Amino acid sequence: MAQKVRIGDTILLGLTCLTMLASLYAIFIYAPTEKTTGVVQKIFYFHLPLAFLSFFAFFLVFLASILYLYSQDVRWDIFAQSSAEIGVLFCSLVLITGAIWARPTWNVWWTWDPRLTTALILWFMYVAYLMLRKLLKPGVQTSNIASVFGIISFINVPITFFAIRMWRTIHPVVIDQSGIHISAPMVITLLLSLAAFSFLFVVLLRIRVRVEKVLRAYEELYFLLERNKKRLPS
Amino acid sequence: MNLMKQIWPIVWKDLLSELRTREVVLAMCFFACLVLIIFNFAFFTGMGDTQGGDTQGILAGMLWVAFLFAGVLGLNQTFGAEKDREVLQGLLLCPVNRASIYISKVISNLLFMSIMEILILGLFAVLFRVTIWKVLPALGLIIVLGTLGFVCVGTILAAMAVNARAREILLTVILFPMIVPVIIAAVKATEKVLAGAALPEITGWLKLLVAFDLIFFLLAYGTFDFVLSE
Amino acid sequence: MSESTQAPIPPAVRISNLTKQFGFIRVLNGINLTLKQGEFLTVFGPNGAGKTTLLRILSTLTRPTSGNGTLLGYDLAQDGALVRYLIGVLTHHPLLFPTLTGYENLKFYGQMFQVQHLPDRIETLLHEVGLSEQRDQLVETFSRGMQQRLAIARALLHAPRLLLLDEPYTGLDHEGISFLTQTLKAFRAQGGTVIMTSHDFEKGLELCTKATILNDGNLAYYGDPTTLEEPFEAVYQRCVGSPSKAL
Repeated sequence: MAQKVRIGDTILLGLTCLTMLASLYAIFIYAPTEKTTGVVQKIFYFHLPLAFLSFFAFFLVFLASILYLYSQDVRWDIFAQSSAEIGVLFCSLVLITGAIWARPTWNVWWTWDPRLTTALILWFMYVAYLMLRKLLKPGVQTSNIASVFGIISFINVPITFFAIRMWRTIHPVVIDQSGIHISAPMVITLLLSLAAFSFLFVVLLRIRVRVEKVLRAYEELYFLLERNKKRLPS
Repeated sequence: MNLMKQIWPIVWKDLLSELRTREVVLAMCFFACLVLIIFNFAFFTGMGDTQGGDTQGILAGMLWVAFLFAGVLGLNQTFGAEKDREVLQGLLLCPVNRASIYISKVISNLLFMSIMEILILGLFAVLFRVTIWKVLPALGLIIVLGTLGFVCVGTILAAMAVNARAREILLTVILFPMIVPVIIAAVKATEKVLAGAALPEITGWLKLLVAFDLIFFLLAYGTFDFVLSE
Repeated sequence: MSESTQAPIPPAVRISNLTKQFGFIRVLNGINLTLKQGEFLTVFGPNGAGKTTLLRILSTLTRPTSGNGTLLGYDLAQDGALVRYLIGVLTHHPLLFPTLTGYENLKFYGQMFQVQHLPDRIETLLHEVGLSEQRDQLVETFSRGMQQRLAIARALLHAPRLLLLDEPYTGLDHEGISFLTQTLKAFRAQGGTVIMTSHDFEKGLELCTKATILNDGNLAYYGDPTTLEEPFEAVYQRCVGSPSKAL
């Protein structure tokens, strides 16, 4: 079985590297430089896939949480936790790339643009999810609690987005991120980048899940060992 | 000289503990960030500028920030006392649905918060010379809907956080991102009402609040069982 | 307890294939057990064997990972609230609100359990446990022994048909121990069923009609200890003595 895992992983890793290299080439050499904003616009090819994938990661947390509550199978709990971590990672990159894009383009490090702001709240919600897991004693109740929180958080995302958008329409957004003219080579580059980051996401998720499984098994083994040691022979 | 010898070991011990877990500093940073963000929604109507003479915006924000922070204090004790004295299990052994426990806690929290809000509203009117009698119906409605949303979400989150070591800090960190829609809607609507807007003008925000309240009440009601059970 | 041949009396407890898993650890491993009404079952076993988990599942505090169980004919999963009506639970903690008086505590639980003629019932029970004088005293001022006695009143308030006790003798003084034993005898005399976990062989075997030994989540022994030819300790040693190979 270990052999099978390695082959699958190697293929996946290979695909990731290939698509990454291809998309890097596409981003920096193949895709045309945008007329108005210049080279900085190319951050968009990182920013958008990252945003999509972080949202997708949190959707996976939502699904896995529901499945865990229904089945009480700890593997779903592990999956939810791992997806949340990767999601937070990708979301951090979304915020950072957003800032890097904003600075030369509009001369500010941050804009309270609805999508970026929602991403910020999203980041905090899933960091809260991870903090919840970290501060609670590991156990069935904690997994239940984290799952409920995962479900509530995800449902809150569209509501928060609407609220922020309503908040912004009072004072219309002067800065608009999507006013860029898109051409065909750009779309291809974007899709390639999306594929590359998706593979990366899957690879990272698989690794994280595996690490967590081993970690939990180890902790439980340790617990059992300690317990057996303490059993007095009388 | 002797004083230093008495002080330093304790400081060193605290630094060492904190270095190992990094919980307190991290939580403080998150909390401070969240406060800044909430303040942004509460006090800034646009992209980082307050309109000149826009006192209603500031006043509305102040009122709701006061409610928010006081409310969190109230939420903290929802399950705290029972958990500490290990009496929570007594409640769980009663022949009632877990969801009934949720509803009863929501009602208690609503009552406590209402008392606080009435007092604060009075103080608010006096300190900032706001005439609230005219706007009381609309303002009252906003406060009711906003508080309802806050308490519905806050109660179930309080039940989650009560099991943790740093329960008050944790509650704040998990609560603040969740109630952003409530803060936005409540502050915006209050601001408009204080500036003299009539009820029809704030229906958008009220609808958002109602939707939030309904969705989260049902969600919490449906999942509360899991939060308390093993 | 005479067997009725007319309507079938539901067993006090019937659990089939009960499993409880915490993460990858199996605390209970497919337990099967049937207990008739009116019996007194003591559950023995080393720490971590699953005794408390079993009791928690029977009192609907914990959900099993798989398997099912009925208590007095009612399903633990579906009819949880009904089950809680019929059981009285005594654990290490007295489960009393310290900022309320003895009377108010019983009133609260009485209302939650919809006990009829509550004021009279409270007075009767307070008298039975010998706490009539302290009815208006805050529970936080009670001594441990007094708290335990009020806890017994709380557990019996709604006239349950089954008592679940998790190592109830721990931390009790002589008076408390004899009082508890008395109460359990009286409860059984009225036809009640008792399930108790215990570390103490003497106390555990004194009143029981059936005993079971849990080891590493498995039922290693279940039967009537009075019919044993060897001392119970020997059976216990055999079941538990060697460190379990099941990790």
